[in-house]
Amino acid sequence: MRAFVVAVFAFLYLPIGLVVLFSFNAGRHASEFTGFSVQWYGKALSNPFLVEALKNSLFIATTSALLAALCGTAAALGLQRVGARTRAVFDGLLGAAIVVPGVVIGISTLVALVQLFGVLNPFLASLWPSDQPPRLALGYGSIIAAHGLFSMALVAMIVGTRLGSLDRNLVEASSDLYATPLTTFRSIVLPQIMPAVIAGFLLAFTFSFDDFIVAFFVAGAQTTLPIYVFASIRRGVTPEINAIATIVLVASVLLVVLAQWQLRQRKPSH
Amino acid sequence: MRGNHLRKTLLTALLLAPATLWMVVFLVLPFVAIAVFSVGERAPEGGYQAAFTLAQYANLPARATAFWNTMVLAPAGALACLLVAYPVAYYLALRAPERWRLILLALVVIPFWTSLLMRTYAWMYVLGGRGIPALLAYVGIEDIRLINTPGAVLLGIVYGYLPLMILPIYVSLERLDRRLLEASADLGATPVATFLGVTLRLSLPGVMTGFSLVMILLLGEYLIPTLLGGGKVFFIGNALVDLFLQSRNWPFGSAIAITLVLVSVVVLIAANRISTRLSGARRVDLI
Repeated sequence: MRAFVVAVFAFLYLPIGLVVLFSFNAGRHASEFTGFSVQWYGKALSNPFLVEALKNSLFIATTSALLAALCGTAAALGLQRVGARTRAVFDGLLGAAIVVPGVVIGISTLVALVQLFGVLNPFLASLWPSDQPPRLALGYGSIIAAHGLFSMALVAMIVGTRLGSLDRNLVEASSDLYATPLTTFRSIVLPQIMPAVIAGFLLAFTFSFDDFIVAFFVAGAQTTLPIYVFASIRRGVTPEINAIATIVLVASVLLVVLAQWQLRQRKPSH
Repeated sequence: MRGNHLRKTLLTALLLAPATLWMVVFLVLPFVAIAVFSVGERAPEGGYQAAFTLAQYANLPARATAFWNTMVLAPAGALACLLVAYPVAYYLALRAPERWRLILLALVVIPFWTSLLMRTYAWMYVLGGRGIPALLAYVGIEDIRLINTPGAVLLGIVYGYLPLMILPIYVSLERLDRRLLEASADLGATPVATFLGVTLRLSLPGVMTGFSLVMILLLGEYLIPTLLGGGKVFFIGNALVDLFLQSRNWPFGSAIAITLVLVSVVVLIAANRISTRLSGARRVDLI
């Protein structure tokens, strides 16, 4: 069985390793490694379209993860204070947001937003004093909103789990010692759930940064890094894509390791 | 006292408001929108025209190939995933040395959180003309086609979703009361009988969770069949991308999406039923 497990881990990591290896290939072809070179990284990072897509992705991932960390944490705290029925409905919605395939989230958001904009844009135009009213359209906003849905549910679940294992005695002790609810929250609850919030933020960031399918539908005229990479892959496999893939993989791995490390922290440092 | 109560309720509402708003506007409303579209008609220029007709659903057989491919390759993929995942989960939960366990578990989780696009690309690279086939040509085996076959799609599926299958099985095995295994052995059961009667049986909820999760995500898969199936093996996801982004038949696409969601719900309910029945009604959930 050990041999099998070793083989599975090799299966998981060898292809990724090959992509990374050939991103340093001097030559163009995957069949032969003709020498070490970082030229493809230079090529990738001097491609203006790619840099633009990378910036878009970073902005979208940061914004949607921040949004998710705030609203998701608030929701997890709020859920501690409601009855079983409300909680069940909410949990069902959170589960749906996580489990429904991205392709369905993508198209349904696309359909709903296009309809919504179709109603709102003439309305805005009629209210606007000048000739050029703002036009709502698909773009940054719609990607952030759609990523925010999954991420918010994810944060709410991670923080909710942490809240479930929180030591209630500490909270009671704090209020017995005449701490105001706000003080109790700041000095007892917040430090204990902070690792979960940070882990949730990091995972939400990773999800948004890596997501292709949801953004593919709701991006409108915008391009994210995965959308750009997908389009390039369809034109053909090049070492330049390997270089981008390596950068993205290394970044994701770092973020995930950091998130895992946060989740394992049992006690806050102070 | 009453003011206090009111303040508490208000705070709860404020805490839940943003997430509720988000889920209503970006989950419930969109879902209602595609449900409405799915009983509508296609406008001549490719948009939506209000109607109440089941014509779109009656038209589903037009995409029978996509449904067929998905309905065959999604369960097959989930099953293949399961067969690879179970021994790994078993080893991690019951056999791995204590100090290695967390590291190995992290090594399973990390690929799950790295871009599926990049990981699928890796296999395009390995299976593509300049990858394994080129290596095989060196040793004299010519003209092997690996990419753009159903086999490549299946491989990509196992590769992409393996972590998602390992984790729930690991969790259910890890929670297993080891004393049950000892009791079974003490009572004279063979290792195989213990495995089948105790270990496998008690891990079935994890197996069903993993299987249904992977299966549901596979029903909506787009990247793997596109990149490794090369337009020859297309899934429902490919049909949806075509209908929404290329041929712009939104009502028909919505009907397909609704059908997809309904199938997912059926899969979830069936998995839930099976796991409660098989693991015995007396199972006490500890978490």
